Amino acid sequence: MKLEMRDAPGQLVAALKPISDLGGNIIAVIHQRDPGSRSEVLGVQIVLDLPQDRLSDLTDLIRSQGVNILRVNEERLLCTRAVIMIGHLIHTDLGGTVDAIDRTGFAEVTGLTIRMPAIDQRSSARFTIRSVNREHMEDAIAILRTVAREKGLLMIEPMGVSQ
Amino acid sequence: MKVAILGMGSVGKGVASVLSSKDLGVMVTGVADSRSGLIDPDGINIGALLATKRSTGLCGSAGITAMDVVRGAPYDILIEVTPTDAVSGEPALTHIRTALTMGRHVVTSNKGPIVHALHALRSLAASKGTSIRYEATVAGAIPIMHTLADGLAGNEVLALYGVLNGTCNYILTRMAAEGLTYEQALLEAREMGYAEADPTYDVKGIDAAIKLVILANTIWGTSSCLKDVEVRGIDLVTLDALQLAEDQGCTIRLIAEADPSNRILRVSPRILRSRHPLVTEGTLNAITLVTDLAGEITLMGKGAGSVETASAIIGDLLAIRSRYGRCD
Repeated sequence: MKLEMRDAPGQLVAALKPISDLGGNIIAVIHQRDPGSRSEVLGVQIVLDLPQDRLSDLTDLIRSQGVNILRVNEERLLCTRAVIMIGHLIHTDLGGTVDAIDRTGFAEVTGLTIRMPAIDQRSSARFTIRSVNREHMEDAIAILRTVAREKGLLMIEPMGVSQ
Repeated sequence: MKVAILGMGSVGKGVASVLSSKDLGVMVTGVADSRSGLIDPDGINIGALLATKRSTGLCGSAGITAMDVVRGAPYDILIEVTPTDAVSGEPALTHIRTALTMGRHVVTSNKGPIVHALHALRSLAASKGTSIRYEATVAGAIPIMHTLADGLAGNEVLALYGVLNGTCNYILTRMAAEGLTYEQALLEAREMGYAEADPTYDVKGIDAAIKLVILANTIWGTSSCLKDVEVRGIDLVTLDALQLAEDQGCTIRLIAEADPSNRILRVSPRILRSRHPLVTEGTLNAITLVTDLAGEITLMGKGAGSVETASAIIGDLLAIRSRYGRCD
């Protein structure tokens, strides 16, 4: 979210404290001060991770501190990974493979690129998966791993999910 | 220091020629290949030995066996570089046990005995006041065992990731770089001498899995074996899959992974960013160790080759000499 606050001691803390009070996780704080500006108003961008249902509480709390909220961009699924599957993808119920992730509620297949060289040859597909956080990404990939094993598909996982 | 060499293939010849060309104070008193042997307490002339091997295919007399050399040659260190039998570890396992029981040190590049009986062989060596070293079994010239034992002493290794099979890495590199199919790249690897006539052992990930077991058992003192590793090879990887990875600035490599806290021991093709430290070109090997003190350390180098593997064996020989004295 993008905030506007008075350039005075304690203002940034006043804006950040409600986030941790509500169990949120601050990912980044971008604090831009224009050296030429004599304005007493400061723009701050905060990237944070917060349960969906607490967002309006947070904006109320921040506003009650006298901080003006200019913009809130919601992005529910913050973690993105790509997985490649090789095999007879279409004939092993591709929709079901996608659905195994979509029905979790914490992860979604947001992109699918398939290459099918010929009807009797194995196809290759890149699944773009987005999830709420890294732990959920691990869970989503574990689900796909099981699906791949059951359907006899080769799954190529990305490095760096679990470590 | 006197050594006997069992095995006169690529590695054995590499070791012999390095010992004759560098003045390391090492004398070869016994050699054997699968069909012949030679013992000379005053030191074998390596130049003549290699010439005989080249012209006749034998390194000595047909009546002298490898076990005759193990039992009869006057050596301090046995260099066991016969071909790997991953199923039984034999006959190398018997050669090594015999030498250790006789109170001799052993240096080997043979994965069979190490994957089967590492802890038993170490205990036997300890009980006889000798040692067994096997730097050359994993990742060729990369000094991974020395790094673990000396350079990273005091560190806890939390996990490791490695490119441990040069043949697979070559095939994947060529598919990505030239747009070759798996079959075309495999054919090229054979022509270049990087793949065996029967490439199963390499392309199915078995060779990488054996090396992973050796590393894991060395680092964590476990007794894992090949069947504990979840193994997927590269033989089903398509050019399409590599191109799908490339579209996103990534590529595919066969990665061996050991992560005991998550109970992971597996070899599988993985998607990596193209600039990831484990994305090596051609037959190069690489290993990343994740440690508590040093953080991540990545070693990269030649994973195979006559002189490159000899480098690992010579390193072990000289390490034994500096630890146990000159062995004269």
